[in-house]
Amino acid sequence: MLGRLTVEALPFYSWVAMGGAFVTVAGGVAVFLLITYLRAWKVLWTDWLTSVDHKKIGIMYVILALVMLVRGFVDALMMRAQQAIALNSEGYLPPEHFEQIFSSHGTIMIFFVAMPFLTGLINIIVPQQIGARDVAFPFLNSVSLWMTATGAALVLVSLVIGKFSQAGWTGYPPYSGIEYSPGVGVDYWLWALIVSGVGSTLSGINFIVTIVKNRCPGMTFMRMPMFTWTTLCISILIAFAFPALTVVAAQLTLDRTLGFHFFTNGDGGNMMMYANLLWIWGHPEVYILILPAFGIFSEVVATFSRKRLFGYPSLVYATACIALLSFTVWLHHFFTMGSSANVNAVFGIATMIIAVPTGVKIFDWLFTMFRGRIEFHPSMVFTIGFMVTFVIGGVTGVLLALPPADYLMHNSTFLVAHFHNMLIPGALFGYFAGLNYWFPKAFGFKLDRKWGIRSFWFWLIGFYLAFMPLYVLGFMGMSRRMEHYADPNWQPYLVVAALGAICVLIGIACIAIQLVVSARNWGSSRDITGDPWNGRTLEWATSSPPAPYNFAIIPDVSDIDAFHEMKIRGTAYAPPVRYQDIVMPKSTPLGPILGALAFGLGFAFVWYIWWLVALCFVLSLVCVGIRACDDNSEFVLPAAEVAKIESARLAQISPADLHDMRDFVPLGEASGEALPGRGM
Amino acid sequence: MIEVIPDWVRRRDSLFVSARISIISIFLLLLLSGCSLSDAPVLSPKGPVALAERDLLFTAFGLMMIVAIPAILLTLYFAWRYRGSNENSAYTPNWEGSWKIETVVWLVPAVIIVALGTLVWTSTHKLDPYKALVSDKPAFKVQAIALDWKWLFLYPELGLASVNELAFPADRPVSIEITSDTVMNSLMIPALGGQIYAMAGMRSEINLMADGPGVFMGRNTMFSGDGFSDQHFKAHAMSEPDFQAWQGKASDTGTALDADVYTDLHKQSVADPVRYFSSYESELFRNIMKKYAPVSTPHHHDDSTEEGAS
Repeated sequence: MLGRLTVEALPFYSWVAMGGAFVTVAGGVAVFLLITYLRAWKVLWTDWLTSVDHKKIGIMYVILALVMLVRGFVDALMMRAQQAIALNSEGYLPPEHFEQIFSSHGTIMIFFVAMPFLTGLINIIVPQQIGARDVAFPFLNSVSLWMTATGAALVLVSLVIGKFSQAGWTGYPPYSGIEYSPGVGVDYWLWALIVSGVGSTLSGINFIVTIVKNRCPGMTFMRMPMFTWTTLCISILIAFAFPALTVVAAQLTLDRTLGFHFFTNGDGGNMMMYANLLWIWGHPEVYILILPAFGIFSEVVATFSRKRLFGYPSLVYATACIALLSFTVWLHHFFTMGSSANVNAVFGIATMIIAVPTGVKIFDWLFTMFRGRIEFHPSMVFTIGFMVTFVIGGVTGVLLALPPADYLMHNSTFLVAHFHNMLIPGALFGYFAGLNYWFPKAFGFKLDRKWGIRSFWFWLIGFYLAFMPLYVLGFMGMSRRMEHYADPNWQPYLVVAALGAICVLIGIACIAIQLVVSARNWGSSRDITGDPWNGRTLEWATSSPPAPYNFAIIPDVSDIDAFHEMKIRGTAYAPPVRYQDIVMPKSTPLGPILGALAFGLGFAFVWYIWWLVALCFVLSLVCVGIRACDDNSEFVLPAAEVAKIESARLAQISPADLHDMRDFVPLGEASGEALPGRGM
Repeated sequence: MIEVIPDWVRRRDSLFVSARISIISIFLLLLLSGCSLSDAPVLSPKGPVALAERDLLFTAFGLMMIVAIPAILLTLYFAWRYRGSNENSAYTPNWEGSWKIETVVWLVPAVIIVALGTLVWTSTHKLDPYKALVSDKPAFKVQAIALDWKWLFLYPELGLASVNELAFPADRPVSIEITSDTVMNSLMIPALGGQIYAMAGMRSEINLMADGPGVFMGRNTMFSGDGFSDQHFKAHAMSEPDFQAWQGKASDTGTALDADVYTDLHKQSVADPVRYFSSYESELFRNIMKKYAPVSTPHHHDDSTEEGAS
């Protein structure tokens, strides 16, 4: 009846496991009680969980990412504490527990922090940046969200029922095969990946179509904001790369569940195939995480330097180059597998070529700051911190791209330091910059600056303290994933790294405080105009938070900095002659229901509860069928209603709230020269 | 509206104070590095391969500084120079590009990458782990087998075997054939050079050499399960008399490694003590590989063309 699920699955075998389970359950109960206390279940269900509004979906993605960031960071803290004390001793974590922690840390941070964070920001902003009312497929968007949330839920549940994978976030077979990892851990990991991978793939497809088809009149490809460009590039990467992950995970699942031999030792299995397939997804994935952050930096650096973005065409081509090249370098993740010198050299050179467009981007941002008027907003400070720190990661990356140097540094803590150097300043700082930058757009009030700046400094210093020692330890011969060690020379570095982790913890606390303080002071930091930073792109043309339809009248643009130009022309807040009816998608409970069914399916597969697998699968098909037959999935918002919302908004805006655009005008019509952006 | 300027100044000053603190802490960290870095195996190599690999690391690092240092310094300088409160700095709000600058920022990194790419091509061929090392003496052959969680070394020239200890004459190159009788492993002796994976049913190879006698740490670097942390060994590069003595010790104290003993050895165990075997089943290495790749290859009599990772 319950497959291999027995009472043994409960975590009564160690106090650490019990603690983890307790915190997870207590967290869930606390959220449940809080919602009940606030009598918010109905609002939550009708306005949020069933919503297909891209802005609400985006906000839910970001909340998921922030919750999982805390969970993933607890793992990091536990690992750093273990390694700081585990000289010639077992520390406080037995190997099997330490292994689960490093496996879940990587899995959570990549799949359930970085992916939902960037998808959330994209969801909130991209439709507004291209002057659209929604994404191309709003319901699909909801399904994507719930598939991602389901994957995260599977990881969380593994803490309470059963165990998580001990095979690392990359899950290399044959270790991750049934012969060497017979428990449920790897299955939890696989189903979390498969289910959330479906969500990511659908998101990618959704945004390709949205950006290609839904741009407002006048927005040619070469007038799209950089964040939209990076989103288009990564959506293409997602659509091509994630199927490889889904396939490789499905193959390993077949190996484990049905006795196939894709990757087993012997019987014709070959683990080298797994490494290739995994990294054909895995390397583009690195750029899927980083490119949107590059897009955010591009927006932020122009806005807070009070200056036009330098070298826009160059940035576009550099982004496209990086996206294309990202598919040509996967083998550098296993130079040490024994490929011939020719193969290794070709992939090493291909890897290095990516450094060129990446370097170009850094210099383009630099020259955007040049002769600007830089405002040290938290977003800008994160950007500057990124530019300095990311260069270091780039240098160590090129070192690792030299195959003979990689033979020395592969599998060492140097490698760990390198990819954290790319993903923390490169991706996460970008998302934080985006959070500070776009928060008023999503919620209608600004985030507290003081706590934003504090969070930055703790994150930056914490990052250096935590990862510079790992670079050094790599030189000293320390491998990654060591539960204990015998070399006393390593310990001081690991202690410093642990202090760095504590520093980052304070950084996370600062973000939490920033959110609380800002929410408490929301009345005094309201964003009336919808344009708090004198922004340049179309998302600042909508109200904050935007009306459900974003734009009452679809804008017509003629410049890269479309909204900036409207402000100069004085057309930014001009009411239209008349409003029109707007067709809107209806909310639907099928998104969360499909998510719940996917959870049931994954959970049942993990525990071999076959009847539940069949039931969930059939019910999912029924749901899809219901949706396919539903011809009544839209409603019309009458023009009168739109007019009411819009005039209420415009009535609030007084001329004193508007930004002074005189700095930008002297070059304009008055002097007889072309308006900004008309040149070239 | 843009906020009042004195507020910016205050914020900027607090930024600079924090910057100073972070710079000081990084320097302290570097100071700390100085103490024990002198004996970091990767930075002070004990063999020609590791030395060449480290020198390559340094050369590439130096080349990249041409771009990295200006990028970092310019970022900090521009952030300070063009801060909002500095009304004296130039301000060109509508400047959107410059072909001269674009040419430089595309071409300079490209030139450096051409230089580095050439370096990749030559060095990857020169330092191919499979390539025999140039020496006036023939390479000393060793066969390494990854087990859970220990290393078994076979010495075909001597007919001896050892667990968790590798011994070889210091004045000869060592040529190590590698396979695994368990999950993926990766054999590395950092002071002597890079690593290569060990995979079941496959044979990989690494060629190393020590400058002189010495004892070096070696280990599996690829996570392989609960005993992974303890899966390390000592590699002894020995002078001729010492190596003779080691052979004597191994054949005197060692037992025979027959099928039963191997079955026992193959079982999972953590932090095994060093063990010696005075003899082992001939073709043991090949038989272990055949367990996983039973289909015989056309050239099964020739080890070097065995189905492998190469």
